[in-house]
Amino acid sequence: MSSYPHAPGFVVGDRPKVVTSRFEYTDSFTIERYLATDGYKAIRKALSKPAADVHEEVKGATVLGRGGAGFPAGTKWGLTPQQVWPRYLVVNGDESEPGTYKDRLLMERDPHQLIEGCLIACYAAGLSQCFLYIRGEMALAQERVAAALNEAYAAGYVGKNILGSKFSVDIVLHWGAGAYVVGEETALIESLEGNRGMPRLKPPFFPAANGLYGQPTIVNNVETLANLPWLIRNGVEAYTAIGTKTSPGTRMVAVSGHVKRPGVYEIINGTTTFRDLLYGEEFCGGIRNGNKLKAFVPGGGSAPWFTPDQLDLPFEASQVGPAGSMLGSGAIMVMDETTDIPAAALTLTHFYAHESCGKCTPCREGGTWLERILTRVVNGTGTDADLQQLIEVGTSICPGDFPHASNEALGISAVPFPYKMTTICFVGPSAYAPIHSALTLFRSEFEARVTKRITIPVTAVGAAS
Amino acid sequence: MSRLTDANVVIAKEIISRYPRPKSALVPLLHLSQEQNGYITREAMVHLGELVGVTSAEVYGTASFYEMFRFEPVGKYLINMCGTMSCALMGAGELMHHAEHKLGVKAGGTTADGMFTLAHAECQAACTEAPTLQVNYRYRFRVTPADFDNLIDDLRAGKLADEIPPHGVLAKVRQRIPADKGVGAVAPEDVTEGPAWLDGKPAL
Repeated sequence: MSSYPHAPGFVVGDRPKVVTSRFEYTDSFTIERYLATDGYKAIRKALSKPAADVHEEVKGATVLGRGGAGFPAGTKWGLTPQQVWPRYLVVNGDESEPGTYKDRLLMERDPHQLIEGCLIACYAAGLSQCFLYIRGEMALAQERVAAALNEAYAAGYVGKNILGSKFSVDIVLHWGAGAYVVGEETALIESLEGNRGMPRLKPPFFPAANGLYGQPTIVNNVETLANLPWLIRNGVEAYTAIGTKTSPGTRMVAVSGHVKRPGVYEIINGTTTFRDLLYGEEFCGGIRNGNKLKAFVPGGGSAPWFTPDQLDLPFEASQVGPAGSMLGSGAIMVMDETTDIPAAALTLTHFYAHESCGKCTPCREGGTWLERILTRVVNGTGTDADLQQLIEVGTSICPGDFPHASNEALGISAVPFPYKMTTICFVGPSAYAPIHSALTLFRSEFEARVTKRITIPVTAVGAAS
Repeated sequence: MSRLTDANVVIAKEIISRYPRPKSALVPLLHLSQEQNGYITREAMVHLGELVGVTSAEVYGTASFYEMFRFEPVGKYLINMCGTMSCALMGAGELMHHAEHKLGVKAGGTTADGMFTLAHAECQAACTEAPTLQVNYRYRFRVTPADFDNLIDDLRAGKLADEIPPHGVLAKVRQRIPADKGVGAVAPEDVTEGPAWLDGKPAL
């Protein structure tokens, strides 16, 4: 087993570092290191201004949500109804999207940065208690954040009258217990209330208006909040100088699978292309063994797949969406020419079928159907009717055209993101996404697996008349 | 004896006091109970129900939703083998075959000596380090069959006892909010005005 001196998986580079600046230190998670590297200066600066000004800065910087949906944090905070108290902050650290693991590193390697981000959000949006929800399986992240919170409380950065001001907030560490769907914000709130983590219907349960205990609640991703200390310290101009106008700053992206140098990279938002990331010498350095790229999942397991045709797209939602997929949670999974495409799709469909909470019928039943049918196709006992059946089941979860990428060789053009859905959350559609992509882009691989069968018209035998 | 011990009841009450509503503490308390007993027992669920003011059926309703809670004893070491896409692309299937052979049990089974439970797991958030596994939620990265054998041998020999606690123990560090520093949780209906630092102004 390889052992890594610092953050396993993280690859340093000569690029702007907004959230990973301390990763190079072996003691990056301690309060001593944090204070020695501008730590808790941002909250000091924030406290010297009215809360509304801090909110205005976050809004002005267009800090896009890094959890998957990409909704700007400042705008999200502004959706809370006026003069309804209390309001809560729930930090979504239930990272479990296949391919993704930036939040875990941020919690393990720089927990104080996250804590400071939470403080800034609470101060700016008038949130009186913060719940930091960490995925159950991340024991080290839980330990590091617990230790950091204990240090921060002792030093007076969290709790009553922070730094002698009127600002008081508790940050409560909360552990999950293993359920992918809890990463969906309303399911996260259900789980935090001590219930089964099933998503709530929106409307009426938009968290900003009707969230935890029925109160206005902001749910933000770990990486989103980790951006705030740098932003407040350096100002809106410095932040928006990185990346593009619509996708400013940096973002963390995990590239896994068949590349020479898989890793988590902090890249410049909006301008870095998939080709840069997969082939660039400062990033993944190309496909393993000099193989050819076959396909890649651009934004976590839920995202429709891309092929080499889409390599020159940048990390910019306004371009990736029309091209038929999404940037999602910042995770790319790379498949080279040796990949068995139906089997690869099955691992993802299995994941989402397994993680269905069972609330919505199309997902509960459909996900399982998709998995069973695809399993027989992969095992070589499927029929050509099964391929049609996969599409029919998928269409019952997502009616209408499902997004996919264009492909020059196949002569197909893109169907833009997003899709329509008959379920409350994205787990159901996600079970179908890999199948739809694989069947659209690599249909011959499925056809080669299924046995051709002669159809016998049923009415010809034993008809009543 | 699977109700919480007196010492754990003290911890449980401290955890409950952090939430505006007691039931919110249920998942953390289930972890505490699993840490004490290695799995979740019937009596434990009755006790937790008493502590947070719900029925034991409601406790079970919540507990049974989450994969980490076990209702039967498992091995001292629960080995979760990731099999989701990135790990599958990097040989997780072969590693699982090897693990089954090495331990002499099928996935889902426990070795006769009660040391190991082998399980399929979903994405463990370490995809660039595939294939991965977790022993009692402690990571091992880029695992080869030889690595797996060494891991099992080391665990059997007790060499990793410091790093990897028995099943049920998650984080070894617990959050403590000092009484004089904490704000304290308030039920939402008891909050009548906006936070002090807004001075009555809207928060935009």
